[in-house]
Amino acid sequence: MIGYEKKDEKKEYDVRKILLYLFYLVASVLMLLPFFWMISTAFKPESEIFTLPIRWLPSSFSVQNFKRAFQIIPIFNYMLNTVYIAVLKIGGEVFVSALVAYGFARFDFRGKNLCFLILLATMMLPYEVTMIPTFIMWTYLGFSDSYVPLILPAYFGAASFIFFLRMYFSTFPVEMEESMVMDGASYFQIFYKLILPLTKPALLTVGLWAFLGTWNDLLGQLIYINDPAKYTIQLGLASFSNMTGETLWGPLMAASFVALLPVIFLLLFAQKYFVEGIKMTGIKG
Amino acid sequence: MKKSKIGFLFILPWVFGLLIFTVFPILAALYIAMTDWSIIGQASFVGFQNFRAIFADPTFYKALQVTGRYALLAVPLTIITALLVALSVNNDYKGIGVFRTIFYMPSIVSGVAVAIVFKWILDPTYGVLNSFLRILGITGPDWLYDPAWVLPSYLILAVWGASGGLYVYLAALKDIPPELYEVATIDGANWVQKIRYITLPLLTPILFYNLVMGLISAFRKFTDAYILGGAGEEGVFYMVYLYQQAFSFYKMGYATALAWILFVIILSLTLVVNYTKKYWVYAERE
Repeated sequence: MIGYEKKDEKKEYDVRKILLYLFYLVASVLMLLPFFWMISTAFKPESEIFTLPIRWLPSSFSVQNFKRAFQIIPIFNYMLNTVYIAVLKIGGEVFVSALVAYGFARFDFRGKNLCFLILLATMMLPYEVTMIPTFIMWTYLGFSDSYVPLILPAYFGAASFIFFLRMYFSTFPVEMEESMVMDGASYFQIFYKLILPLTKPALLTVGLWAFLGTWNDLLGQLIYINDPAKYTIQLGLASFSNMTGETLWGPLMAASFVALLPVIFLLLFAQKYFVEGIKMTGIKG
Repeated sequence: MKKSKIGFLFILPWVFGLLIFTVFPILAALYIAMTDWSIIGQASFVGFQNFRAIFADPTFYKALQVTGRYALLAVPLTIITALLVALSVNNDYKGIGVFRTIFYMPSIVSGVAVAIVFKWILDPTYGVLNSFLRILGITGPDWLYDPAWVLPSYLILAVWGASGGLYVYLAALKDIPPELYEVATIDGANWVQKIRYITLPLLTPILFYNLVMGLISAFRKFTDAYILGGAGEEGVFYMVYLYQQAFSFYKMGYATALAWILFVIILSLTLVVNYTKKYWVYAERE
């Protein structure tokens, strides 16, 4: 039954499929190469790191670099410092963002559209301008070398999260809220008892974005933290070479590997939530 | 209470945040840029002295050149790479989820650690890149240690990270109605024509969005540049220069003036790109 032309089409399709898989393989190797090289270096004894031609794999797995790395910087303490900031920040940031987003999604008041326009503008523009005055403000308030400037602003909501959650709330049917109003519930009760539970997946997405933002942030932490005991993992890694004078690539790769493990787990187990967020808005956090 | 008042109560935290962390700092920045403040001691008003000093400073032009050249090359490169990767994985082949995860990875796995790993990869002697080139019989350049090769080093990092934007494009591709392709197939269009006349025009809104965001983030590049550096000041991106002025030399007035200049640059670029919108971005008829 399959005509001559059909067969030809199928062949063309197969060739394209093979070429695509070839592309996926080459591209995946290139994408993963940095991590392969990092892990390979991390487990090599020093003599094998600096040899030519290079060794792709260590002859025997050595944990020497990890021991050295933990002697040079307290990696776990730094990771805990980051987690500490993230934990104190995220709950407030997510809750307040949801609150504000609900206000934008469900109510009409004078100046709302203007407010929303300003919100969009703050997502894009004046970060570099506000950075220094905000730093000076915190210094004058006595919060230099403190986590407070990294945490407290989150409790006023984050523009991109508000934008995302507003879009999410807009897709809910209003009937349930209306019936709760009939039953005499206040709008805050509706928000707390009905909307928040319904929004759990989106809140998780926003929370993960917030965690990732804190984990990967360098500039903010660099500006506000000076005391090495308060360093975050990003600051610890950035200061690693200063601690040793020369660059010790073996221990540095071991430290980088440990620092990346949490985000690699996030990628493997929580990717779905990141992607759901992008699908919702068509943009990324 | 009236419903509109309650609505305003809901957004009130954000309004306070806006006043404290955006409006007030912007107003303060207008003043600080006109002073010689060094955070300790008194600030004295110097008018436009900071701006005059900046425009007479060769380092400023160097940082602007480094950043501008990077933006000019990295933004189109990353957009094209992400688009190609997205088009290639826009199917339901076996195992496609694994490949998508690998390509999406840079948007989650980033920061200082990744920059450090690339510094090691780009090591002229023991780095994996030059070792690979040696296998091919090519003597690789000194990358970050050779002023001429600093920009290409940053472009390699940018292209590696480009596919992190994958899902933004995939989401847009999913929104294209399949009927369009079916009709095109009936009319005898091949896949190149389908991409040229259906896919690309319908993707222009998302390309526009990525162009604007890409330009903004290129001009704000900090983390990689802070870690990687580069020979001959070729790695001093604008934000690194600004950071040094503010937090190494405590020239708060000077750095704030730099920030205003960056703001004006980013705003102008956004407006210029926005002006070109009507010539190439497909507008859906409502």
